[in-house]
Amino acid sequence: MEAKVATQAGDLKSRIKKAAAENMVPEDTVLVWPNLVYIELISMLFATAVLLFLSLASPAPLEEIASKDTTPNPTKAPWYFLGLQELLVFFDPWLAGVVLPSLIIVGLIAIPYIDYNPRGKGYYSFSERKFAMWGFSFGLALWYILIFIGVWFRGLDWSWYWPWDDWSHHQPASAVKLVDLEVLLQGWLGLSDAPLISIGTYNFSVANLITWAIFFGYYGLGFTIPFLFLRDFYKKLGFIRYNITMFLFLSMVGVPLKMAVRLLADIKYVLITPWFKI
Amino acid sequence: MGKLWEQIRQTIAGTQIWKSVFRHGYPDTDANRALVMFSNVILHLHPVRVRRGALKIRFTWCLGGLTFFFFILLAITGVFLMFYYVPDTRRAYNDIKDLGTVIYFGDLFRNLHRWAAHAMVLSVWLHMTRVFFTGSYKPPREFNWVVGVILLVLTLVLSWTGYLLPWDQLALWAVTVGSKMAEATPLIGNAGPFGPELGFTVSNDIAFVLLGGTVVGQSTLLRFYVLHCLALPLVAALFMAVHFWRIRKDGFSGPL
Repeated sequence: MEAKVATQAGDLKSRIKKAAAENMVPEDTVLVWPNLVYIELISMLFATAVLLFLSLASPAPLEEIASKDTTPNPTKAPWYFLGLQELLVFFDPWLAGVVLPSLIIVGLIAIPYIDYNPRGKGYYSFSERKFAMWGFSFGLALWYILIFIGVWFRGLDWSWYWPWDDWSHHQPASAVKLVDLEVLLQGWLGLSDAPLISIGTYNFSVANLITWAIFFGYYGLGFTIPFLFLRDFYKKLGFIRYNITMFLFLSMVGVPLKMAVRLLADIKYVLITPWFKI
Repeated sequence: MGKLWEQIRQTIAGTQIWKSVFRHGYPDTDANRALVMFSNVILHLHPVRVRRGALKIRFTWCLGGLTFFFFILLAITGVFLMFYYVPDTRRAYNDIKDLGTVIYFGDLFRNLHRWAAHAMVLSVWLHMTRVFFTGSYKPPREFNWVVGVILLVLTLVLSWTGYLLPWDQLALWAVTVGSKMAEATPLIGNAGPFGPELGFTVSNDIAFVLLGGTVVGQSTLLRFYVLHCLALPLVAALFMAVHFWRIRKDGFSGPL
């Protein structure tokens, strides 16, 4: 077992890097003053120069005085929140504006506690922590792409505009009619929308129950498949860490999945409950 | 000439005034260079010695330090702007206009403040990305990553509260978009899941607390002003202190 691990090229590389990272013999140190302090000073001067240049080249905008009587079209949040605003196309505000950002924050905080992998500490490494790197980069890419779209591709009525389109004219209203998954299922399977079960004043039709099954089936399968077939992954994480990791991971992957469902199949909601819609 | 300069330097560094201010001689000997780090409250954030690898810019890209620098720059330009700005919906917009027309360097300070804010948001994101890519959040540094995430959120909220202050159309409606989201908060928003069921209406939910009313108005401007100029910078400074202190306590993860 030990010999097998040692023969792996990645492991060897890791040991060399680790040794280099921990190579802290006293004679290889330098005084912070002046060596590091000067680097900091230069980087601060450089940053100041860049900011001064930007300030002169691109002054802060000031539009008309605030007025409740005229709503600008489109109304855009600051650029760093435009990714979340772009999500409003695909999700209801409670999800896009509150739950998803909260999950991002909670997920970020959880990272050091669910990443059990001791390797790749103190140096750049992709091969030694593939899942962590892929997962984080995926989320990062999603975040930046959505911001990019929000800033440069959304115009009047939050419609899609290419840079060469005329941004002063409204885009023609979309011919696409969005349907809920529940309604689609009723059509495909020839189900009636009569309630099967009633809880209080709320009724659940057969099609509605199927959408519940699909929604929870996504998480169920997502939790089960690695549990069954990636035993090593599960064992290393342990029960609690595994469940937190998989919940966060599946929720993150679920965002572009829902977007794909909406874009490719014109589905508005995949799950409708009396209290919220997803 | 060199000798004369040396003479002047030694004389100045030997005076009672110099010694009383700096608590060390001119930093041209190892002993004095070490004393600089010990006896200067700001430089004291650093250790006295670092490994040679710490001078490698391509590990940290100076991103954490630059973020802190942007914060300082924002505080300085922000104080300047506060002299000329009153958070009153009847004059806030004109105060911003005055920065460009009647106040010397008013525009420059406003532009610098805005660009430094953008730069800080971006550098916080990039700093976090760097820390992730180098695995620097791994034990024993887990908690400092958590502090970093809190600082990330504080940076975004600081920037967002500042967005309202010019009181122009951009400001009003960008904040309105945000307040609509607050109304949709599950459990505590009047338009969020289970919000109405729990008795939340437009006049008692989380958005009402945020705006100080049902729409973005005078109370909102005052709230955002106080949060932006006083409350949030203080909280951020507190977390920064913890953040920096923990870097020293936990040690550097990389070749530093």
